[in-house]
Amino acid sequence: MRQIAIGFLCLVAAACGQQSSQSQPKGLTAADAAFQKQLQEQFLDAKPGTVIEIPAGKHALDRVLTLRASGVTIRGVGTDSSILSFKNEISGPEGILVYGSDFTIENLSIEDTKGDGLKINDGENITIRGVRVAWTGGPQTSNGAYGIYPVSSRNVLIENSSSWGAADAGIYVGQSIGVIVRNCHAEQNVAGIEIENTISADVYDNVATGNTGGILVFNMPNLKQRGHSTRVFKNKVLKNNLGNFAAKGGAVASVPAGSGVVVNSNSQVEIFDNDIADNQTANLIISAYYSTNYYNKPGVDPNYDPYPRSIYVYDNRFAGGGDAPDGLDLKTLKVAMFGLNGHFPDVLWDGYRDEKNLVNGAPPAAERICVRNGGATVLNADGPNKNKNPTTNMAQFQCELAKLPPVELPGRT
Amino acid sequence: MMRPQAARRAALYAGVLAMSALAGCTHAPPPVQFFATGRPEHLSDWHVVFRDGGRLALNERVVPYDLNTPLFSDYAHKLRTMWMPAARAATYSATESFEFPVGTIFSKTFYYPRAGGGAAAVSRTSDQSRDFSGQGLDLANVRLIETRLLVRREQGWEALPYVWNADQTDAELARTGDEVALDLVGAAGEREAFTYVVPNQNQCAGCHVTDLKTKSIMPLGPKARYLNRDYRYADGVQNQLAYLQKVGYLAGLPQSPEVPRTANWMDTSQPLEARARAYLEVNCGHCHNPKGAADTTALNFDVASPLDRHLGLCKPPVAAGRGTGDHLFDIVPGRPDDSILPFRMATKETGVMMPEQGRDIVHREGVELIRAWIAAMPGSCGV
Repeated sequence: MRQIAIGFLCLVAAACGQQSSQSQPKGLTAADAAFQKQLQEQFLDAKPGTVIEIPAGKHALDRVLTLRASGVTIRGVGTDSSILSFKNEISGPEGILVYGSDFTIENLSIEDTKGDGLKINDGENITIRGVRVAWTGGPQTSNGAYGIYPVSSRNVLIENSSSWGAADAGIYVGQSIGVIVRNCHAEQNVAGIEIENTISADVYDNVATGNTGGILVFNMPNLKQRGHSTRVFKNKVLKNNLGNFAAKGGAVASVPAGSGVVVNSNSQVEIFDNDIADNQTANLIISAYYSTNYYNKPGVDPNYDPYPRSIYVYDNRFAGGGDAPDGLDLKTLKVAMFGLNGHFPDVLWDGYRDEKNLVNGAPPAAERICVRNGGATVLNADGPNKNKNPTTNMAQFQCELAKLPPVELPGRT
Repeated sequence: MMRPQAARRAALYAGVLAMSALAGCTHAPPPVQFFATGRPEHLSDWHVVFRDGGRLALNERVVPYDLNTPLFSDYAHKLRTMWMPAARAATYSATESFEFPVGTIFSKTFYYPRAGGGAAAVSRTSDQSRDFSGQGLDLANVRLIETRLLVRREQGWEALPYVWNADQTDAELARTGDEVALDLVGAAGEREAFTYVVPNQNQCAGCHVTDLKTKSIMPLGPKARYLNRDYRYADGVQNQLAYLQKVGYLAGLPQSPEVPRTANWMDTSQPLEARARAYLEVNCGHCHNPKGAADTTALNFDVASPLDRHLGLCKPPVAAGRGTGDHLFDIVPGRPDDSILPFRMATKETGVMMPEQGRDIVHREGVELIRAWIAAMPGSCGV
């Protein structure tokens, strides 16, 4: 009877007890787990005016930090001191994911996320300042796709930030309107800085080096916004010769190693006053969607414009490059035209143009590719005819276009 | 050493005591309590579902329901309920989530049939025949993991995740989520260890905010096309919508031929395409719709999406990263092995897998369904 009574008491204690199954996440120390819980609560409770401070230290987290409030600031004490490490991430896949406007993030690092480092979707007035995103194992296909990734956003400023090792693009602005990327550093990514389907972007005073491609201005099909009006100026785009390590199928997987600046299917792009050097396929590539190998009729919106139009290249300082193009077709072309020890000219154009829209055999004046860049020449690779008749005739590129106005972001200088 | 009769009497006595002691915790249940504000620490504070002896029981006027095709959640079984304040009803919609009155409480309890051999061992099975004890759950046979409440307050819906304690007596609020180590045991005894991830509150919104502009949390399941099916109630089998109308929970239900019905993804008597589309809408459509979080991808799996590039046919990916698996297009007709869609379903690697959250293991039968659907598609992506 006594034993039964004891058993019964245990049963009661268990039935009414508060014992919880809530457990410490695997792979995190107790201190990191406690830090994560407290940080998650701050993200949950954030409201306009909230400043979430990230203290010094390398903090291991295993779950994405999601923010759904506007008017929030996330602030660390420095990229070398406030480090959020997602090496053991089990739920994400991003590091920090933001659905909100009037958002500022500054002075911290995000490391080793399974997916994108920092993603901001559908926000307005976004400031990213002094943020470093890195995959610490170096360039690997298994790294996350994007380092810093604002998408579908308006009035975006990214400055003094850096990305290392992204398996797609380091700093990637997609489907946005009104963007400045400046004083940033992109290295060891497939694409250093990429502006995609974005309207009005200024990209200046950045360094893109050691990537597969340095700075990309792309338009992808099927998206709700066609991009145009990007200025790329005063950047250093040097030695972007890293072997392409993107998984096949992504837009950047088609970028040859050794690409400096690449314009694909975009329009009203102005490239000036940059130092572009030693990119071994070409310092500047201008191409149409057809060159990516992804074009197919059923999968691409019939209203999509695959051609680069109104591209203005002037006053850049080109040096070196073009001497070791990536890919068999380009290698063959280079050797055939310029010899084993020769090199491509600074500008490589794939030769695709909108044949239905020619005036006296040339695109309308406002839609041309214009190159006024000292002695820089353009190679027309004759892509539509499988590189059969490549030329370096500069006549069609000797033109001028109206210059684009600077991007102005309300409330910021 | 007691004589058998004395032992029986003692056991009976203990049983009676235990029942009354348990009743001391749960009592003859007070009515469902709707909290207009705040976040009660315990699931039991709400009195929606509660521990009643060896059962997880439903309180009065708490109506259970099922969906024609449910979201896959690591093979967890789900007990779904709804409750509304007296004299209030939801308003029918043919396409959207019904308009529910302030005070509505949904509960969804995630649980597994026990596989035997420790609390972590749970069964990978779609068989629910041993789960129930009346309208509630038989805790001798199932292990409760979490119960999520979705509560309609004056200012909108709020999602509150509760995690069951080890003794299965109550569940505690877990706003920041939780992780539960489980061992999934298949029919042949094969085991797959995994970490079940309870979402945090912001992750709840990751699915339940289906419109990025309104940013409102919405119920996903209670739509006409998902609810339009039978349920075995205490008083017999009835169509769920008719039952909700009968108990006063639903107003404006049209004649049955007008009510849409989503296919049951497991029902092989239904067309393959209907089953695949149902599966994709339920598992992907909360983000992949023209207003959702994945509206940046040009890939839509909602019921209205046409069967062309919008649904992924020959569509190049936009921001998939290594999620492409080296494939060029989301769906290549006739070629599941060359299609990104089943590739992302067939992995559990964070950063590659889809859906991005709410899944920690591969849904084999779901992958099979989508592969079969793609394999049966005519055409090609030839330029």
